[in-house]
Amino acid sequence: MASYERLGADAIAVKGRLRAHKWLLLRRLSQVGILVLFLLGPWAGLWIIKGNLSSSLLLDSVPMTEPLVFLQMLAAGFVTPATTAITGVLIVAGFYLLVGGRAYCSWVCPVNMITDAANWLRQKLGIKPTTRFSHHVRYWMLAMVVLVALASGSMAYELINPVSLIHRGVIFGVGMTWAVILGVFLFDLFVTRRGWCSHVCPMGAAYGLIGKFSLLRVRADRREVCNDCMECFVVCPEPQVIQPALKGAERGIGPVIVAGECTNCGRCIDICSKDVFNFGTRFFK
Amino acid sequence: MTDAVRSENRPEKRKRAISRRRFMADVARTACGVGLLGLGIGMFSRAGALPAMSIRPPGALPEEDFLSACTRCGLCVRDCPYDVLQLGGLGEQVPIGTPYFVAREKACVMCEDIPCVPVCPTGALDHDLTDINKARMGLAVVVDQETCIAFLGLRCEVCFNVCPVRGEAITVDRRPNPRSDRHALFIPVVHSDACTGCGLCEQACILEKSAIKVLPTHLAKGELGSHYRLGWDEKAKAGKSLVSPDLEHRYNLPEGMRYDHDGEGLMQEEPSPFEDDPLDTLNRGLDGGT
Ligand code: SF4
Ligand code: SF4
Ligand code: SF4
Ligand code: SF4
Ligand code: SF4
Repeated sequence: MASYERLGADAIAVKGRLRAHKWLLLRRLSQVGILVLFLLGPWAGLWIIKGNLSSSLLLDSVPMTEPLVFLQMLAAGFVTPATTAITGVLIVAGFYLLVGGRAYCSWVCPVNMITDAANWLRQKLGIKPTTRFSHHVRYWMLAMVVLVALASGSMAYELINPVSLIHRGVIFGVGMTWAVILGVFLFDLFVTRRGWCSHVCPMGAAYGLIGKFSLLRVRADRREVCNDCMECFVVCPEPQVIQPALKGAERGIGPVIVAGECTNCGRCIDICSKDVFNFGTRFFK
Repeated sequence: MTDAVRSENRPEKRKRAISRRRFMADVARTACGVGLLGLGIGMFSRAGALPAMSIRPPGALPEEDFLSACTRCGLCVRDCPYDVLQLGGLGEQVPIGTPYFVAREKACVMCEDIPCVPVCPTGALDHDLTDINKARMGLAVVVDQETCIAFLGLRCEVCFNVCPVRGEAITVDRRPNPRSDRHALFIPVVHSDACTGCGLCEQACILEKSAIKVLPTHLAKGELGSHYRLGWDEKAKAGKSLVSPDLEHRYNLPEGMRYDHDGEGLMQEEPSPFEDDPLDTLNRGLDGGT
């Protein structure tokens, strides 16, 4: 098993520090960049994108609406939204059908930076898993979110959804946002490894459902050269998704990581000194 | 042989039974935990009603519908050129992330093109609202007639003068001032059929705390029993009196009496203290008591 101290040393030796962090750096650039684009409006009067991740307007013309928010709206009983919202949700869902459902999680969602930081600190401090619960809790959460909207007739989950709370809080300068950030951070630091994003978050679950059908996927195309260093399993936020694609050759399983939970973060590509992984489509070449 | 098979199978079977039991327990635990959380969220969502001084933007659907339709994106906030609107924050009473304004701090100036409405992606702000005069954000009420200086006999009319629908939403009604018996009170009166609830009157009220306040319409309005008919309306509708013949009202009073409600009822007619010639009145008592 790879030790955390040595993690990535092989990849760095083979590919150099930059290429061994290529996707990670690009991802951070995307996450921070999107936040900055949203902030340019209120801070510099440059309105490239307006609103927040729940609904936004790009260049005053392209509407976007978050699918889970849209779903809650329908469940809450508002079934006649204006066309803007419908166009918006189609644009967003269509986009993630192309680039991978949970690409939202690793490339856009601001919470990911917090949970990644918590995970990093967790490894540094050597905190062992304390509470363990199933990866499937998030799907229960997703069902609960829809049911609560149905029963209460309002977007009840949006009152506590940390993704919306944090993004809106930062963009609109709403007070107390730090408390939510701290809450998520501490949850991931102490309760369980990758607790929020890989176990609980219903928004990630919803994007995961989109990811089941999405075009862009990570593939273990060169799986035959895998030297079993296991480092991809250590860095992956959803290690269970790698196993079938990487080790399924004898069982006739293809090299595509098909599980919707894969976030298309590309960390496995970065960390692999043998270049086993690459981005590709879900279809055979 | 069978024994051997059994002894091989048993632990395997037991393990499977245990893992199935653990699986069921896990599912039950998850379901209960998530269920409780859901219940909590549901109750939390019902607990936070909109406080009376928080007014929704123009065109907002009725509160129940609004809470199911608003994605809390803040686009309306962004497109308000006067920065009137704000989003409910954590720990505030306004449901988190939903837009509102507080009239006393910054009232809606009733933009003619209502930019906050068409930008709303879902229609939580109703896109059918194109004439800002038809907006009904709330209803202004002169809630404190003890401090409104118009009621104290001073001429103020500030609320009347700032009202964008002046003369229809607020009128100034003249009433006699019982304290002086010869001056008028200039009383601001709000009319619900024209008031948009913009709050400019509340913002402008010159008191330390506004005597006129915009309230959510459901708090501000009473409602007549459905069986009430207003005689004058019915008469106008019918185009004639419904009680026939329509006689002028008359009192049949004894000689020298009159009926005056302000003087509290039946009064004795007093002879006038004035002479026919005003000079005689003025000169009275000047020539040595005669
Ligand atoms: S799982 Fe949820 S919080 Fe985590 S990155 Fe995805 S959407 Fe954001
Ligand atoms: S499989 Fe690779 S791309 Fe997918 S989540 Fe894991 S590390 Fe990221
Ligand atoms: S009508 Fe004008 S001032 Fe009033 S909330 Fe809308 S944009 Fe702001
Ligand atoms: S624009 Fe519409 S959906 Fe967005 S915050 Fe305003 S009312 Fe809500
Ligand atoms: S709220 Fe006040 S200023 Fe606005 S329309 Fe009503 S009476 Fe006029």
